[in-house]
Amino acid sequence: MGVRIRSPRDWYAGLVFLLFGLCAVVVGRNYPMGTAFQMGAGYFPLVLGSLLLVLGTIICARSLFVAGDKVEAIGLRPLILVLGAIGAFAASVDTLGIVVATMLMTAVGAAASPESRWREVIVVCVFLLALSVGVFAYGLGLPFKLLPF
Amino acid sequence: MDLIANLHLGFGVALTLQNTLYCFVGVLLGTLIGVLPGIGPVATIAMLLPATFTLPPVSALIMLAGIYYGAQYGGSTTAILVNIPGESSSVVTCLDGYAMARQGRAGPALAIAALGSFFAGTVSTLVLALFAPPLAEIAFQFGPAEYFSLMVLGLIAAIVLARGSLIKAIAMIILGLLLGLVGPDTNTLFFRYTFGLPELNDGIGFVVVAMGLFGFSEIIANLERRAGREVIMAKITSLMPTKKDFAESWKAVLRGTGIGALLGILPGGGAVLGSFAAYTLEKKIAKQPSRFGEGAIEGVAAPESANNAGAQTSFIPLLTLGIPSNPVMALMVGAMTIHGIVPGPQVMSERPELFWGMIASMWIGNLLLVILNLPLIGIWVKLLSVPYRILYPAILLFCCIGVYSLNNSAVDVGLALFFGLLGYVFIKLDCEPAPLLLGFVLGPMMEDNLRRAMLLSRGNPGVFVTRPLSAGLLLVALVLLVAVVLPVVKKKREEAFVE
Repeated sequence: MGVRIRSPRDWYAGLVFLLFGLCAVVVGRNYPMGTAFQMGAGYFPLVLGSLLLVLGTIICARSLFVAGDKVEAIGLRPLILVLGAIGAFAASVDTLGIVVATMLMTAVGAAASPESRWREVIVVCVFLLALSVGVFAYGLGLPFKLLPF
Repeated sequence: MDLIANLHLGFGVALTLQNTLYCFVGVLLGTLIGVLPGIGPVATIAMLLPATFTLPPVSALIMLAGIYYGAQYGGSTTAILVNIPGESSSVVTCLDGYAMARQGRAGPALAIAALGSFFAGTVSTLVLALFAPPLAEIAFQFGPAEYFSLMVLGLIAAIVLARGSLIKAIAMIILGLLLGLVGPDTNTLFFRYTFGLPELNDGIGFVVVAMGLFGFSEIIANLERRAGREVIMAKITSLMPTKKDFAESWKAVLRGTGIGALLGILPGGGAVLGSFAAYTLEKKIAKQPSRFGEGAIEGVAAPESANNAGAQTSFIPLLTLGIPSNPVMALMVGAMTIHGIVPGPQVMSERPELFWGMIASMWIGNLLLVILNLPLIGIWVKLLSVPYRILYPAILLFCCIGVYSLNNSAVDVGLALFFGLLGYVFIKLDCEPAPLLLGFVLGPMMEDNLRRAMLLSRGNPGVFVTRPLSAGLLLVALVLLVAVVLPVVKKKREEAFVE
């Protein structure tokens, strides 16, 4: 009988913690350590990173013995498109300005929900444009670049 | 008497036309955003934080506190009307609040929630005014060792209160502490974990993390669930609770206020635990426990009073010790820092007008909530009936603009995107994000105090147990931790969160 993952959710959670712990220890391996008396910049992170490695290992090990829940199905459409909308905003706001960024974000973001109707999206987009330009840029005086030119 | 003189000073500051106005705007905006499903106080405050940057410090903090109460109350409104808790502290309100709404009694439920909250707010404002000064006195005796131990206690308490697996909560805290260390080391200005990105040279912004973990990931999760939500559209005919409602709920309000205020003071506490505890107590002592879940008005009155009382008393550790006890308080630290105020016991003596003004404004904020919410309830209901597919692009945009405007940095938005993804992964893996956020804020403070304590003790770790105050704090932390691991308590805790 081979080893079986009995609690997938915990198994993956453990892996995530292991990944971060490993990253902390490996990236921070050359940071000045100092001593317990005079701690260097690397002391606390190394302690934390090692703790995270230990905890991650325990969580992974436990998931082999203690039964738990499966990971729920991942909805790729909202995940990719919501993150895509945020990315589109981040990529365009400085270069193309808030007007284009708002339109891009609304278009990509709206596609994340299968319930979106394009007529509504246009109305929402116009409303949001009015808000971002009228309230945020002029009203609150946030220093946005408005248009690409 | 000092108390009266202080409160007088506070009301003098808070009642200026300007500050009352900001308080009002804060409460209004907070409620407006808090009513939107899936947005809790953390995301609301993070989103609106930039709007307060240009204000004078006192006004900014007053407005932020107003936003907090507004968001809190907005969350309760969603819980009662749509059965979607806006935040974890109104989870229990859903049970009986929504049941009441289905029986056509949404009006009285909302009114009792508002009145109970107001009463709780009044009492806990007084508690705050009474207990903050002596606590600050104690805080002045704290050295680095005590601060470190206190933070350990706070983090342990946060673990105890987190839902789900203990060990995962501990790991989340450690991860948070680590993320908090990104950027320059405060002592040696050595850059850590910046991966060569100049944008990380100042560390990761708190709002960036909060928005990603609590804002973006929630939007994705909401879209995924896509369960049709049923809005009670039956017209709210009467807001006034009946005499019977009052008779049934006033004791519950009293008990809820007491429990909430007490639990709110604890580090790691805040509004959540209070509302759960208050609901459980009401159910325990009720003559007919079976009424609960079927629309018992005590089931709305007690947790709503408790969460408001807790929301307010959780300011005590922040204002007296400078230690945030929950994610919302952590955001307040961020806001104070932006205005050049270092939270801690010295705020009270150095900036009395700020300290007492804020306390007075809490009471005014609560009053405004009642005045605002009861007549405006129709508007909130309308807002709730807007389909999510129309709301979420707007929410998304506000979140992005909020993050962007912190430093006018598109990179911050990109970082928030990363934390949104991380938050989504954590939702899927059943890891609570709140402990991470708390660790994130405490990370640099903890390291700093640990270092100083060790320096003072010449590298002897015994200092944490030989200094009585520090030892006491660690002992409490240990007792808490052991208590949770004990099977009996463990079962109770699971029960409490299942309800």
